[in-house]
Amino acid sequence: MQQLSVRHLLGIKDLTPADIALIFETADNFKEVLSRTIKKVPSLRDITIANVFFENSTRTRLSFELAEKRLSADVINFSASGSSVKKGETLLDTVNNILAMKVDMIVMRHASAGAPHFLSRHIKANIVNAGDGTHEHPTQALLDSFSIRERYGEVAGKKVAIIGDILHSRVALSNIFALKKLGAEVMVCGPITLLPRYISELGVKVELDVRKALAWCDVANVLRIQLERQQMKYFPSLREYTLYYGIDKKLLDSLNKEITIMHPGPINRGVELSSDAADSHHSIILNQVENGVAIRMAVLYLLASQVA
Amino acid sequence: MRKKTAMQKRLIVSDQLLDIMLQRLAHQLIENHVDFSESVILGLQPRGIYLAERLEQKLNAILGFPVRTGALDITFHRDDFRRRENPLTANATRINFHIENQNVILVDDVLYTGRSVRAALDAMIAYGRPAKVELLVLIDRRYTRHLPIEAMYVGKYVNSLPSEKVLVEWKAPDNPEDNVWLITKNEEL
Repeated sequence: MQQLSVRHLLGIKDLTPADIALIFETADNFKEVLSRTIKKVPSLRDITIANVFFENSTRTRLSFELAEKRLSADVINFSASGSSVKKGETLLDTVNNILAMKVDMIVMRHASAGAPHFLSRHIKANIVNAGDGTHEHPTQALLDSFSIRERYGEVAGKKVAIIGDILHSRVALSNIFALKKLGAEVMVCGPITLLPRYISELGVKVELDVRKALAWCDVANVLRIQLERQQMKYFPSLREYTLYYGIDKKLLDSLNKEITIMHPGPINRGVELSSDAADSHHSIILNQVENGVAIRMAVLYLLASQVA
Repeated sequence: MRKKTAMQKRLIVSDQLLDIMLQRLAHQLIENHVDFSESVILGLQPRGIYLAERLEQKLNAILGFPVRTGALDITFHRDDFRRRENPLTANATRINFHIENQNVILVDDVLYTGRSVRAALDAMIAYGRPAKVELLVLIDRRYTRHLPIEAMYVGKYVNSLPSEKVLVEWKAPDNPEDNVWLITKNEEL
């Protein structure tokens, strides 16, 4: 009988390799549940979960909501637009008001790094971080590694290149932590202006040439250019970015080996990834989305066993 | 004086007797299911799968063809999630056949409160609507049921106290014989 070493899923940084292994094993079982005629289990029927989204999201929110419903939890949804946050309510007040309605778990996305960590010090409910600013996005990293494990049997020893806007990406940071803990080799690749200055301190290789990165790796995790987070120009134009860092079928075919393409979505088609590459047999982008529900079910299930 | 707890282990079914029992259970199944053309066996995880495996071997030896056998995990359907100290770890479900309109024989090693069987019925229904469901257990602990559930095929009835435990040990690389034990924890002065 195993249990997670943490009460909240705030980031991959806090997890042990054993925690990740337990989440993967549990997700294997939930993946099987999702292949049944009736894709629902009653485990969390006495749990209420609030999805609190202070930032826009399609995939993550739908994925969490579906995971919660497949586990038979009661779900309430909150999004900042059209709420009292606009009237000046503080984060803690907003969440405490939600908790006063007897909510057991909070799934939260926030534009500020550390917002879920702050909450975890002040409230009793279990918190799952669904993305905090440019900091961490733990469930995305878990489902990415889970998808690599599914494709190759294991993550250890695999070479993974994370390509694109590393500076603004919470997916990149969480992925680096997860992949390193699972024993993969990690490389980050992007324009120098979009690489954090001390990123190599995390034990990752740094590469500026996307062709060299693709030639080195088994798996390329291509990130979106996050124009909404860029207050200044980091590169001259999108067209120039595509010219130097865009990945298309021609480039993939020019490598003398098979690599796997991943993308956390949403894709800017024709910018970081061309349509023929995104829809090719190299891509496991839709498998990632499918695995996302099983991973989130596993995380919620394991944390819910600790709800008082 | 220091209190010490001693564990008493009493053999209730020996290796030889267990083999006879399995032989009898296999024949009882054949009596009701004849050629198993519309019958399947589901062993309950984690411990019922070993008995299901043994029965499958016995049936195969008698009938000369394999009977469809699967493993059903009930973890996510249990009613004691979050009510017990240790969290439950899930096991694999392996059902490579349709159970719709089939006769399903659920197999578990020990029938105690009946709650596992209740969870198993729930878990099974997620795969389809069986024509008929039966329950086979090796050991039926009498007068301990929390739910109105009874087995159709029973290896042995055992009278036991709630403080006691029935342990079924199967032959394995580190264990030379099949045995069933009744374990009692005694508090001695």
